[in-house]
Amino acid sequence: MANKNKKFSRRSPFAAALVLLAGLIVSGGSYVAASAAVSNAAPKSEVDQAQVDTGKRIFLANCASCHGKNAEGTQNAPSLIGVGSASVDFQVGTGRMPMQASGPQAEVKPVQFKQEDIDALAAYVASLAPGPESPTEEYLARKGDATKGGELFRINCAMCHNAVGAGGALTEGKYAPALRETSAKNIYQAMVTGPQNMPVFSNTNLSPEQKTDIITYLQYVQENPSIGGDELGNLGPVVEGLWVWLGMLGLIIVITIWLGAKSN
Amino acid sequence: MAKNPKDLAVVESAPEHDYSAGLAVIAPDKIADPGIEPHRVRMTDKSVKHEKAAARQVAALFLVSILGSAFAIWAYYAFPFEAEVAGSLRLNTIFLGLGITLGLFGIGIGAVHWAKTLMPDAEVAEERHLTRGSEEVRAAAVEIIRLADEESGFSRRKLIRRTLYGALALFPIPAIVLFSDLGPNPKDSLRHTMWGKGKLRLTRDPDGTAIKASDVQIGSVFHVIPEGLVDLEAPDLLNEKAKAAVLLVRLDPSEITQKQRDWGYDGIVAYSKICTHVGCPVALYEQHTHHLLCPCHQSTFDLANDCAVVFGPASRPLPQLKIEVDAEGYLVAPGDFEEPVGPSFWERKA
Repeated sequence: MANKNKKFSRRSPFAAALVLLAGLIVSGGSYVAASAAVSNAAPKSEVDQAQVDTGKRIFLANCASCHGKNAEGTQNAPSLIGVGSASVDFQVGTGRMPMQASGPQAEVKPVQFKQEDIDALAAYVASLAPGPESPTEEYLARKGDATKGGELFRINCAMCHNAVGAGGALTEGKYAPALRETSAKNIYQAMVTGPQNMPVFSNTNLSPEQKTDIITYLQYVQENPSIGGDELGNLGPVVEGLWVWLGMLGLIIVITIWLGAKSN
Repeated sequence: MAKNPKDLAVVESAPEHDYSAGLAVIAPDKIADPGIEPHRVRMTDKSVKHEKAAARQVAALFLVSILGSAFAIWAYYAFPFEAEVAGSLRLNTIFLGLGITLGLFGIGIGAVHWAKTLMPDAEVAEERHLTRGSEEVRAAAVEIIRLADEESGFSRRKLIRRTLYGALALFPIPAIVLFSDLGPNPKDSLRHTMWGKGKLRLTRDPDGTAIKASDVQIGSVFHVIPEGLVDLEAPDLLNEKAKAAVLLVRLDPSEITQKQRDWGYDGIVAYSKICTHVGCPVALYEQHTHHLLCPCHQSTFDLANDCAVVFGPASRPLPQLKIEVDAEGYLVAPGDFEEPVGPSFWERKA
């Protein structure tokens, strides 16, 4: 609301409608209006205590057995204090959490919660301590420079995720997932929160503009088919060589047998 | 010439079983020679119907070749390569290649099928002869060499012979001298990096912006190049970057063991990114295990323990870069690495 107020002068034709809207909001509750004014700096919407309470109930029923009753962490799972709403939305919104079984890494699986429940969980975890927040729709709609994004991706991300985001193996059963179908929101969330063993790429490391460039590059790669035909998983010369060996060598053997066989 | 050279080609056919076994051990119970399989008459020789069918098949294969070649010519014009259309090159090469393949394949398969089904299939055994020439042939060869020596004076003219030996011996040497182009000798450039200039700020790869200590959160990783590297021109840019690239992370100080607290700053530590095995960039950083993995041969280093090798073929820890914080809060390296970065080389001590 505060953002809207800034954009319109009192003489604007929208002024009357805006005054009416502001009046409704004020009458709706002074607390909400006050917090909306304060939240000018942060894109985060006002804290909804009811949502936080709902989130806490969901947390106690589904998450607390591993993360502790107050999200302080246990031997089995890390503390969630300060991980922020972006982390919850990423982990639960991609089905990684709650984990199906303990293992080297939480795997993507069908999402277990409705989006409003995920939002409530995120609000609860965010209420424990400040942490990274999910990007706004406005931010995600921006387009960056795919060329710059490609260079940043190759320097910061490609060693684990492969130069075109095909993913790759790490140590002891861990892996960097493929980014061929990852949404812009989840890419951003992963960069700011550093899920699992991925390092954190905060805004002091990669600026929001640079993150946009990286997302634009990945979207370019996702949307444009490979010029060279079948990608064979984009895993490089070993896979391509294996296919040539199996396919071509097999064909050569078949032809050789035919050449040597006597006609019936 | 003492003899007609044609005589040299005349070779007596070998007498039956006149072979020397040499040193080979002849097993007494060796499998008996089964002889040649009984001749089986082909269907195409038995029935005119099959013969005609085979003839049609061969002609059809040659026709496939004709169509393939024509298709290739058509495809070249039907799918032109346009510089701005990325997929056009793929279509162009696929269809052109397909046509040429059919063109060649039809000829080859057709010719083999022709030979196998229609050409005479009488079986012929060709006996091998001895490798050793007959006495006359050998005597003739010796005579030719003797005559050549006599006529050229090779044995008689010592000066000519010795200078020829010298010329032949020296002839390959220039090829060896060319190898010096693989140099120049690196001298001591393997022992120093750009950080040796001293008091250089740590900057982000690739834009070269300086990094403040407060920018580096726990769990984050920065890919670092020395201040001023981005101003270098090729080939110095890549030569210096290949040695000076650094990985910067911040660890929880309580997790850090051993000396590196003295060389880092409040949990921030910087290590060479060049693997001590064969020099790949080691950059796969796992935040929670604080392990660094090299993508080439899976050498794994523990960042919290002086980058000790925990797995893989690397034999030494990654060299650490000592860092400090300057008056403005930026990270600086007071000097160079204390040891050469990257893989072992001949003159490197330990």
